[in-house]
Amino acid sequence: MGIVTPGFQGRPRSGTPDLPPGQYLTPDFPVLSAGPTPKVPQDQWEFVISTETGTEHRWSWAELMALPQETPTVDIHCVTRWSKLGTTWRGVSLDTLLDGVESAADYALAHSYGGYTTNLPLDDLRDGQAWLVHTYDGDDLPAEHGGPARLLVPHLYFWKSAKWVRGLHLTIEDTPGFWETAGYHDYGDPWREQRYQGD
Amino acid sequence: MTALPYVDGNMLDGPLGEVFAVDLSSATARCAHCGTPGPVAGLRVYSHAPGLVARCPTCVEVMLRLVRAPDRAWLDLRGATFLQFPMSPDR
Repeated sequence: MGIVTPGFQGRPRSGTPDLPPGQYLTPDFPVLSAGPTPKVPQDQWEFVISTETGTEHRWSWAELMALPQETPTVDIHCVTRWSKLGTTWRGVSLDTLLDGVESAADYALAHSYGGYTTNLPLDDLRDGQAWLVHTYDGDDLPAEHGGPARLLVPHLYFWKSAKWVRGLHLTIEDTPGFWETAGYHDYGDPWREQRYQGD
Repeated sequence: MTALPYVDGNMLDGPLGEVFAVDLSSATARCAHCGTPGPVAGLRVYSHAPGLVARCPTCVEVMLRLVRAPDRAWLDLRGATFLQFPMSPDR
């Protein structure tokens, strides 16, 4: 007799939403980190968008909280192959933050407390596709998941959703970030399985 | 007691053994940021990440990154000004 009871095959496949190619579903929220976890008190936190001309737009924590807040529920896909569906966050749309920022840039380089960077086309931060989030599942975003605030860009692999983000530098030329300079794909679309350079 | 979020550089032996013909466990690396030389085995390696990130134990800056795709590997050593290996004088 086999150790697997015949007839028990888990949830019916038809009830499982489609995942991007090569991904598996996890109920957990794995913590990935390329270095020590920065501890940034809210009263010392700031977010800065700097343009290609050197103009800077700054928000304190209180100023961020005073902006219109949204509560996106999204699926997230990590390049290490786990996906998590229906995650709920709260934060400010990048459309709100970029409103009033005059720039001819096509790219953004996100930079974080602790030194992490990642690059994205500026268009991928607009039109309701990206948020600066401070709450996960109803609670303050824990430091190990990028708190006080992280980027949320769920249509790209999750390394683009920079933890501990402190700003965006808007640039005319594309500037590869931390993982993009070490073999990972410049854009990182999970549905096209753009994991590594050349994919 | 909370476990450290990193392991020591001894864990690099296997992954770098795929790339290098020499044994890196006895090598010395100098940090490009703070200038401190030290054993590769003493680096702080963050492995719960899309690649391996080895940081200087003195200044915590990145010294080495290794990304392994199924059919390719990328090794970035810009954070190390040298790797020094013991060599046999009997050549």
